[in-house]
Amino acid sequence: MTFSDFIFQNLQQFWQLTGFYNATWENFVMLAVGIFFIWLAIKKDFEPMLLVPIGFGILIGNIPFNTTAGLEVGIYEEGSVLNILYDGVARGWYPPLIFLGIGAMTDFSALIANPKLMLIGAAAQFGIFGAYMVALLLGFAPDQAGAIAIIGGADGPTAIFLSSKLAPNLMGAIAVSAYSYMALVPVIQPPLMRLFTTQKERLIKMKPARAVSHNEKIIFPIVGMLLTCFVVPSGIPLLGMLFFGNLLRECGVTTRLAKTASNALTDIVTILLGMTVGASTQASEFLTAETIGIFALGFMAFIIASSSGVLFVKLFNLFLPSSKKINPLIGNAGVSAVPMSARISNNLGLEYDPNNYLLMHAMGPNVAGVIGSAVAAGVLLGFLA
Amino acid sequence: MLLTIVGIISFNADAQGRRGLKINEVMVQNDSNFVDDYGRRSAWIELFNSTFSPLEISSVYLTTDPDNPTMYPVPLGDVNTEIPSRQHVIFWADGRHSDGTFHTNFTLVPGQDNYIAIYDADGKTLIDEVVVPANLAPGTSYARKIDGEGNDSDAWEVRDGSENKYITPSSNNIIKSENLKVNMFSQQDKHGFGMAIMAMCIVFSALLILSLCFYIISKIGEKVSKSNKMKAHGIERKETPRSERPDHDSGEEIAAIVMALHEHLNAHDAESAILTINKVKRAYSPWSSKIYNLRQLPNR
Repeated sequence: MTFSDFIFQNLQQFWQLTGFYNATWENFVMLAVGIFFIWLAIKKDFEPMLLVPIGFGILIGNIPFNTTAGLEVGIYEEGSVLNILYDGVARGWYPPLIFLGIGAMTDFSALIANPKLMLIGAAAQFGIFGAYMVALLLGFAPDQAGAIAIIGGADGPTAIFLSSKLAPNLMGAIAVSAYSYMALVPVIQPPLMRLFTTQKERLIKMKPARAVSHNEKIIFPIVGMLLTCFVVPSGIPLLGMLFFGNLLRECGVTTRLAKTASNALTDIVTILLGMTVGASTQASEFLTAETIGIFALGFMAFIIASSSGVLFVKLFNLFLPSSKKINPLIGNAGVSAVPMSARISNNLGLEYDPNNYLLMHAMGPNVAGVIGSAVAAGVLLGFLA
Repeated sequence: MLLTIVGIISFNADAQGRRGLKINEVMVQNDSNFVDDYGRRSAWIELFNSTFSPLEISSVYLTTDPDNPTMYPVPLGDVNTEIPSRQHVIFWADGRHSDGTFHTNFTLVPGQDNYIAIYDADGKTLIDEVVVPANLAPGTSYARKIDGEGNDSDAWEVRDGSENKYITPSSNNIIKSENLKVNMFSQQDKHGFGMAIMAMCIVFSALLILSLCFYIISKIGEKVSKSNKMKAHGIERKETPRSERPDHDSGEEIAAIVMALHEHLNAHDAESAILTINKVKRAYSPWSSKIYNLRQLPNR
């Protein structure tokens, strides 16, 4: 072998390792999706905390490389850095940590002051089971249908947690779908809220709820955890961490822990979770007919969930005295996407009456939705795992 | 003291884990079944880790004599004595202890009841026991119907290696080729109505119970705070605080009365006599502010 042959052969081998050599059209489609997500986050301000890590993760996960070279760089190659970081998604331990943070940053006062709002959070879970039925009709197996349907809960961590247990092969598509629709809450929900409510209903003013005592705030996470986990023990990882985080916040003696859980820890896990979920959408695994089906089902689940929350409030109002009517614009918040959907309720309420602040009222069903979707995930896990 | 508590807890945790060790299947006369690493056929005892975490079994005892619970100590220092979760190990009851960790120093005797037990490292705590019946034919095993489950003789059956009574040394006694729960839902609930009804009932029940519970707690809380308020004002138990008495007038009512008196008696100094009552509206309220509920949004 001459020296020039040696140089040529090595350069040729190197060329075969590059992304340019290994690229397929699917990679470019996914790279475009990743860039679109980043654009949505930065320019349109759609859930940037989620869409920036996911979008960039999609870029990372779709750099073409020679998968047979054993470079240990791909997210699905055991021992690679991405694979190690992906463990929290694959084995479902990132979502409970996120729930710890959610618990530590959420004030449940609105829910404690007006406990009947919890039922709105339960009603919004109709979306999950409506989508479950349609998924069965489309030919998905019950466990896969359950994993897809949880998108209707509009809760990314719950969707990842459940799909990692019931349908690990669909997890990437389910996670991206769930987060995409959560980011699109401001686009999807308002037309539905307008469609199902009358002008008169949108103007309903709800009385400010009573002040909640410190003791009640401390009792809530303890009793809440005990009651919900006794009913659905399979929801312990999510519900346990949610209520634990809330106790750290409310007890008043663990402020440092609550701050860490709600800030540093949540931020770290969000970065890792978003990035690895994005990277898991490797074109070869992601671009399938099933993924399109999952996105369609997720969209439908989201619509059913949002609508059923609003319609349930209208139904509920039939049984309430006129002084205690609930503004149906807070019904959409039952889908959990905290706090985005509560903000939508507030914005829409202000659009029709500039003095009608619904934010705190909407936070009730919103956090009830988090509990409801975690309970629903526990039920699906209990029945199908 | 803290170390003592941790020590006690970890000791108990270990003991609790070992209670998950089960005798799962036994063959007394092995004439045509599994062979060991030496190519010999001997009686075997299958142990099953019924827990969902790995179980280290070194230093537990296997025995065939209730009066001698420490007959065969499982040797220390062998990495294979850690049984993965829901997995099995085989011990050869061939009386050839020197052949390795999994060869016991006792044998099983055909034609008579064989008592087999596992004792914990203290040699006193019984972990599991079984009596293998004397009438066990050659080539048949005595196995649990469901791996690791049941404590009485009804949980066991004789297996002859036929299609439904397969013998499975070092493997699950029930071979699952599919998820039975999922299959049941596929067959019984094709359209998902059953799941939807059951699951929504559970979700509603859970949140309804929580809701009722907090309704009750809030009522109790209100009573407690009312009674604390009365105590603070030095009011007797049955007396209502002044602010909550039905005869207590609001600010607006007092202002109206004062104005009426002023008009009627003209009792005030000669001033402009213009009284304006303006409702002071507070634009700010915690109920219209998200800072009390939410983390500050990131600034661009």
